[in-house]
Amino acid sequence: MLQTAQRSAKSKTKKAAPLHERFLEAFRWMLLARTLEEKLVSLYRGGLITGGVYIGKGQEAVSVACGLFLQKGDIFAPLIRDQAGRSAFGEPLLDVTRTYLGSRLGPMRGRDGNIHRGHPRKNELAMISHLGAMISVTVGALLAKRFKGEKNFVGLASIGEGGMQTGSFHEGMNIAAVEQVPLVVVATNNHYAYSTPNDREFACHDLVDRALGYGFEGYSLDGTDLAACLDVIGGAVKRARAGRPPQLVVASVLRLSGHGEHDDASYVTEEIKQQPFARDCLKVAEQTIIDLNLSDAETLAEWRKDAVAQVEEAIAAAQKEPAPEGDKEDWSAISTRDLVDSFE
Amino acid sequence: MSITYLEAIREAQAKLLRDDERVFIYGQDVGGTFGGAFKATKGLAKEFPGRVLNTPISEDAIVGTAIGAAMQGMRPIVEMQFADFSSIALNQILNNAGTHYWRTNLPVPITVRLPCGGTKGSGPFHSQSMESIYAHYPGLIVMTPATVEDAYTMLVEAVAIDDPVIYCEHKYLYYHLKADKLPEKGLPTGRARVAREGRDLTIVSYSAMVQESLAAAEELAREGFEVEVVDLRTVKPLDTDTVLASVARTGRLLCVGESFPWGGATAEVIARVTSQGFHLLDAAPQRLNAKDTPIPYHPNLWSAHRPNAKNIATKARGLLRE
Repeated sequence: MLQTAQRSAKSKTKKAAPLHERFLEAFRWMLLARTLEEKLVSLYRGGLITGGVYIGKGQEAVSVACGLFLQKGDIFAPLIRDQAGRSAFGEPLLDVTRTYLGSRLGPMRGRDGNIHRGHPRKNELAMISHLGAMISVTVGALLAKRFKGEKNFVGLASIGEGGMQTGSFHEGMNIAAVEQVPLVVVATNNHYAYSTPNDREFACHDLVDRALGYGFEGYSLDGTDLAACLDVIGGAVKRARAGRPPQLVVASVLRLSGHGEHDDASYVTEEIKQQPFARDCLKVAEQTIIDLNLSDAETLAEWRKDAVAQVEEAIAAAQKEPAPEGDKEDWSAISTRDLVDSFE
Repeated sequence: MSITYLEAIREAQAKLLRDDERVFIYGQDVGGTFGGAFKATKGLAKEFPGRVLNTPISEDAIVGTAIGAAMQGMRPIVEMQFADFSSIALNQILNNAGTHYWRTNLPVPITVRLPCGGTKGSGPFHSQSMESIYAHYPGLIVMTPATVEDAYTMLVEAVAIDDPVIYCEHKYLYYHLKADKLPEKGLPTGRARVAREGRDLTIVSYSAMVQESLAAAEELAREGFEVEVVDLRTVKPLDTDTVLASVARTGRLLCVGESFPWGGATAEVIARVTSQGFHLLDAAPQRLNAKDTPIPYHPNLWSAHRPNAKNIATKARGLLRE
């Protein structure tokens, strides 16, 4: 199955052992993300999370591949369904639980929530809700690295097929190609923009065809196939790092949840649920592990247990932490304190 | 030697590029041998190779790119070809740059230059004043220089500030204002300036309307009125103290702005003075803005659309009679 993964990218044949190790490493991040998000959902249902919960169920294979190939100094602009990729990139679980549970000690300190978190000083950009906006921001970060004389860096920005329809996305892709920065854009077509299906989102034959128009190199893949994700996205990162033009990867999956947990996704048709891209990538990956005997049932059970323990620890820690308080905030939106306007 | 407002902006950028390797200029037509639609970057691409870069017509991506570069330690200066087109970049400016420090604790030191305000024949899409929109949103500093000296020192200061700065440069002043030389240092950012002293009425203004207000004050002086003119210099932060001190001296307030009348900087000044200095007022404060229509093309309509020395003086006379 690893050898027959659907892909349109060509990559060098790698030795079996490291490839298997990477597959297993990726699987563990996926498992951790799934475990964490299931727990977040139950906290949300229990009324313990304010705001929304947005999960990446069904998209973990694509996401983990986004985070896994990035190195120190690289830029990652994750989006709404990128828990697996964020973890693989190095985001501590505590960042997630602190943000969702509103701890004052989290990276957003209660000022922003859920999936808007980030650590820009550690090159994990903090997305805004306006889709497409982070593409050009990633371009700018890469441009700065070039100005500063840094070498061997890449940036990876995540988007969905919904976000691909914004003007901001188009401008960002175009300027990336004009600047010839080492950028990989991974677009996950999960077949719904909130409730809107593909046929009301775009009318082109295949989203990957746009790569040519932007001056990108384009690849498409089955996003339920972890091996394909690692191969194609890993290859794209490698090519960008080697100085090839910017790379667009379009992955096909089905979003296996609502837009957020407030959404029962009743509009998802039975027909689409039968499509090959509707498979659960985590289950597919686990089956691969079993089929190819990459690991044993005991080890898998161990990993599952470990994921649960990590998640419970991160949640328990964040729950003990203080919440932000209005009268202790400094209420300053700028860092230059003597230029803060005063309103009496 | 004399130097124009436009040349002061060019000189400030040359100095910034010379003194600070983190600075680069990004915008439409700023580079090559062209040097910008108004020549504010004339010769800079040649003098500083690779640091004055032409961009596609993509205001959103231009600002997004600047934001990303600023996060990584650069000090980008973005030139919008016209302030009007910055509406395309509103999302990046307001929702990305403006929220970033608050959300993540990392400020994004971008400077966005907006060639703003009306000139004859420019019409609805090349004449707008956008300062009030930017000032309304948190997280931005909004500068509105009214003199050659301020055009220079405030731009230098804008790039030094760790937060995003919207620098509104007035196109009408580009060639109309001249100074003998450029100063080393200006007033601190955020401090308003008393441009003319008087005791009968305070006119609070900014950008090109300072010049119109000064001309109105001159006209009124011939009629025996001593009008004080306060130049805000930055509309955000707004120097309420200097305005209140002036109103304490005169007891009357007229606010003049070139932007559209609903809300905005003039309304903000009046709101602050009435809430904090109601007892200082001898008459109800007044304001004068452009009309509540798009900005007209024809010079006859255009000159009737925006405040000018004549209608400022008329408005002031009414207030002085009360």
